[in-house]
Amino acid sequence: MANFAVNAAADSLSNAKPKMDIKDVSFFYNDNKALKNITLPLYEQRVTALIGPSGCGKSTLLRILNRIYELYPGQRAEGVITLDGENILDPKLDANLLRSKVGMVFQKPTPFPMTIYDNIAFGVRLYMKPSRGEMDEIVESSLTRTALWNEVKDRLHTSALGLSGGQQQRLCIARTVAIKPEVVLFDEPTSALDPISTAKIEELIDELKRDFTIVIVTHNMQQAARVADQTAFMYLGDLIEAGPTTSMFSNPKDNRTLDYITGRFG
Amino acid sequence: MAHIVTAFENELRDINRKVAEMGGLAEKSVVDSIDALIKRDTILAQRVIAADTRLDQLQREIESDSITLIAKRQPLAVDLREVVSAIRICNDLERIGDLSKNTAKRVLALKGEYQAAALLRGVEHMSEIVLEQLKEVLDAFGARDADRAMAVWKRDGAVDDLYTSLFRELLTYMMEDPRQITMCTHLLFAAKNVERIGDHATNIAETVHYLVVGEQLVDERPKSDASSMTSVAYPKA
Repeated sequence: MANFAVNAAADSLSNAKPKMDIKDVSFFYNDNKALKNITLPLYEQRVTALIGPSGCGKSTLLRILNRIYELYPGQRAEGVITLDGENILDPKLDANLLRSKVGMVFQKPTPFPMTIYDNIAFGVRLYMKPSRGEMDEIVESSLTRTALWNEVKDRLHTSALGLSGGQQQRLCIARTVAIKPEVVLFDEPTSALDPISTAKIEELIDELKRDFTIVIVTHNMQQAARVADQTAFMYLGDLIEAGPTTSMFSNPKDNRTLDYITGRFG
Repeated sequence: MAHIVTAFENELRDINRKVAEMGGLAEKSVVDSIDALIKRDTILAQRVIAADTRLDQLQREIESDSITLIAKRQPLAVDLREVVSAIRICNDLERIGDLSKNTAKRVLALKGEYQAAALLRGVEHMSEIVLEQLKEVLDAFGARDADRAMAVWKRDGAVDDLYTSLFRELLTYMMEDPRQITMCTHLLFAAKNVERIGDHATNIAETVHYLVVGEQLVDERPKSDASSMTSVAYPKA
């Protein structure tokens, strides 16, 4: 039985097509090299978890994938990251277009100080020109997908800030999926949430991976074990080991991975 | 490297200590039960029966400690394998205790029966080999040595062969002299107990392999107990 499970997990990765390909990517905060020659494929309809101790570069890697680092001075990336074969680090590529394809959900819920409805409509209007009816549909379907519709359908036009933390986080995910991205990045999406809200977000990630490529940074090892198909362990800016989640958590190849996931350092 | 959380470290060590204690007790119960059988020592047999309680108790403790540890610490990788292995091995050791106890009970049943030392030799020889297997596999577990465990695993075929030939031998004795039937039947069951103990030693070997290597053994174990297909022709008068 256990063998079968391991093989099934390995197969779920081997049949997968890379959606994004990170090739020999390094990253600098001024002169400080924070990422060292990372190479990692991100598979379509699969969840990749990035784990590692604080400061290992996992959030940095995530921030390169939609070039959000460009908003800050003194930060630069080297190497190639392809999305469907196209190098997204090419400065000629429109960063806003990239961000519509690669959505991001942050650690703390970041709803805009506006109504629940507008939180979703705001982003949609940047990329599409839907009619009022179409917009209503987009709002409803994205809230339904994130299992929030029933909880908020009677208060769509009240402030999003009145929602609970877990609801706010699901609203942020709804906002992200509303513009139909291809890749969704989660930066510790549940670290500020209670266990029930966490379970709902994990359920949501399982559901979302049918349509999207998902990358999640998490400090919770069990969460990575639960939601990810592929897990990558990073340490001090290096990618130490990546592979099918089942084998990473049952039998990692590198001793540093083993020591980290079993709570011996980190 | 040790765990950051010392309590986690201690809990794992505690479970391991209990498995080691069970291993020692199980070994002793095998030695004593066979000794009691050979020497027809009913007092020793009684002691084996009484000692089984401690094995049962330890098994329950290891199980409940392991369940608590999984719930509390969510062990991963080698830690998880340690806990799963402890649960599996303590199950095998508990069964070994039961089998020895069964042999000990037969010593009590044999009181006053016709006896012939020649009949015992086969069982004695077989139990020596099985005992060596058990010792070796427990040492392999203690040393986390997958190669030693695999050597035990591969040798189990020899025990099965011995059991098959013993089966044949005892059948022949029974045909020769019906007064030996009670004794031989009990001896046959005792031999079967010893053979089963050998099987549990092989189970433990598989667990040690899993614990160390991180993968389940997929090969079929070498089995050669052919007693279920063995018959002996009635001697012509």
